[in-house]
Amino acid sequence: MSYHLKTLTQLRAGLASRAFSARELTASFLNRMAVHDGALNSFITQTPEQALAAADFADQRLAAGETGALLGIPYAHKDIFCTAGVRTTCASKMLSHWTAPYDATVHQKLNAAGAILLGKTNMDEFAMGSSNENSAFGVVKNPWDHAAVPGGSSGGSAAAVAARLVPIATGTDTGGSIRQPAAYCGITGIKPTYGRVSRFGMIAYASSLDQGGVLGVSAADCAVMLQVMAGHDARDSTSAPVPVPDYVAQLNQPMAGLRIGVPRQWFTEGLAVSVATRIDDALLELEALGATRVEIDLPDAELALAAYYLIAPAEASSNLSRFDGVRFGHRCDNPRDLNDLYERSRSEGFGAEVQRRILIGTYALSAGYYDAFYVRAQRARRQISAHFARAFESCDVIAGPVAPTVAFDLGAHSADPATMYLEDIYTIPVNLAGLPGMSIPVGFAGGRPVGMQLIGPAFTEGRLLAVAHHYQQHTDWHQQMPAAYREDVV
Amino acid sequence: MSLNATQLKHVAHLSRIALDEAKIPALLNDLNAILAFAGQLQDPKLDALTPMAHPLDQSQFLRADKVTEENNRTALQRGAPAVERGLFLVPKVIE
Repeated sequence: MSYHLKTLTQLRAGLASRAFSARELTASFLNRMAVHDGALNSFITQTPEQALAAADFADQRLAAGETGALLGIPYAHKDIFCTAGVRTTCASKMLSHWTAPYDATVHQKLNAAGAILLGKTNMDEFAMGSSNENSAFGVVKNPWDHAAVPGGSSGGSAAAVAARLVPIATGTDTGGSIRQPAAYCGITGIKPTYGRVSRFGMIAYASSLDQGGVLGVSAADCAVMLQVMAGHDARDSTSAPVPVPDYVAQLNQPMAGLRIGVPRQWFTEGLAVSVATRIDDALLELEALGATRVEIDLPDAELALAAYYLIAPAEASSNLSRFDGVRFGHRCDNPRDLNDLYERSRSEGFGAEVQRRILIGTYALSAGYYDAFYVRAQRARRQISAHFARAFESCDVIAGPVAPTVAFDLGAHSADPATMYLEDIYTIPVNLAGLPGMSIPVGFAGGRPVGMQLIGPAFTEGRLLAVAHHYQQHTDWHQQMPAAYREDVV
Repeated sequence: MSLNATQLKHVAHLSRIALDEAKIPALLNDLNAILAFAGQLQDPKLDALTPMAHPLDQSQFLRADKVTEENNRTALQRGAPAVERGLFLVPKVIE
């Protein structure tokens, strides 16, 4: 049976009616991973034994008539979520042999819902990157074209879902790390409002920006998964005490009268024409479904980029100070003294991009520079947030590009970190303002997928998912798969 | 604003990152390309704005003052590189 061609809703129905077992389903996806992941490298750790044991347990629960939201559904975690008993590396040499002593809240919730973990996916080290080339476990290939990057930092999750090695996966997004890889791999991704999903046990990169979310095939699939992951958590002091609506029920809310704001500053010379054309086609489709297009202003995208590349490294330099070679992970051999132990453990354990960001962040927070860099960046953040507030006075949802181009070639930007940062110009402002954002597939340019970004006011994930769902009811971009991965694996 | 080699070495020490002398010129190039973005932040239009630390301007959520976590030293030390009798081992600090 071609389980990999089914939606999450179909898989849940099949499990509930006992048309197939959780064990058969799990074994089928594990088989796809075994056949295809050698070339893709989308997983850092695969957990087949634990997965099959969990599937057997899910089958017992299903046989007893239980109905968990994800009971028996296989998935993968970005390797940034702590899982007791399965190593968590954050794609860093620093944590290559580290196993968390506890589960992330997201993992606890998915476990409680009966979901079956198939493995932990590759990523940019400590979520710092836009191409998945900054991984101590090697680059990930884009399933659509092995010469292209899958995007990052949740590149492994995106590639695994695009190749249907798993039906759905978790990711995290600090400056675009769910939306950009989702766009590059032709799948659907949602970064919820800051505080919507607990950060407890999600290894911190930039704590005021990080947010966990979902990468899946469709908006309807993402809604089921997000429903389980979302909600207040007393163990995360920044988690929002806001009730979680029924996202699945909200999928069918009507489109009539919906005002879609299109930022005129985002459709300028920085955006590839082929990408702009696909997004325009998608906007025409949404208009045909009853939405109205309104032009809005979202200026200062470059200012947002400048603010982000100080705020995120500043927070990272503080968060990553815990990796000292004493309490966690890697330690250098034969340290001369305590300082040598700290310095060599850290420079051996962290990759080049992580070290660059720690250095920039430390500089931005150091005496004499704090006001000029960090505080100015926080003022800019206020400005960006105000621009969104003004834009949402005249529209309900904002639509635009996710990234300036389609997936670029492996190695294309690795010599110049600053040009790589421009990749995130349309996604970063959303994180600075803490808003929910999505990427949905809207076509192809040169054989590589194009994603459209949808952005809403805080806590309107349900509406974003509904807009995406309506679009996906009338188009089939989200169902398209790279040819090499379409067939059943026997 | 840009970094020179002396400042970089100071920042590297604050960061507890050992720098390879041979890599300093390339690293300075990379870091200064990133800092070049930051010039825009000096725009006077930002002067009057209040710095924003939390994206939703939310205040800290308060919980009841109750003990919820138990001592879990053995499990927490399992990921450490060197532990003996419940203590983290480091090189001799006092000769």
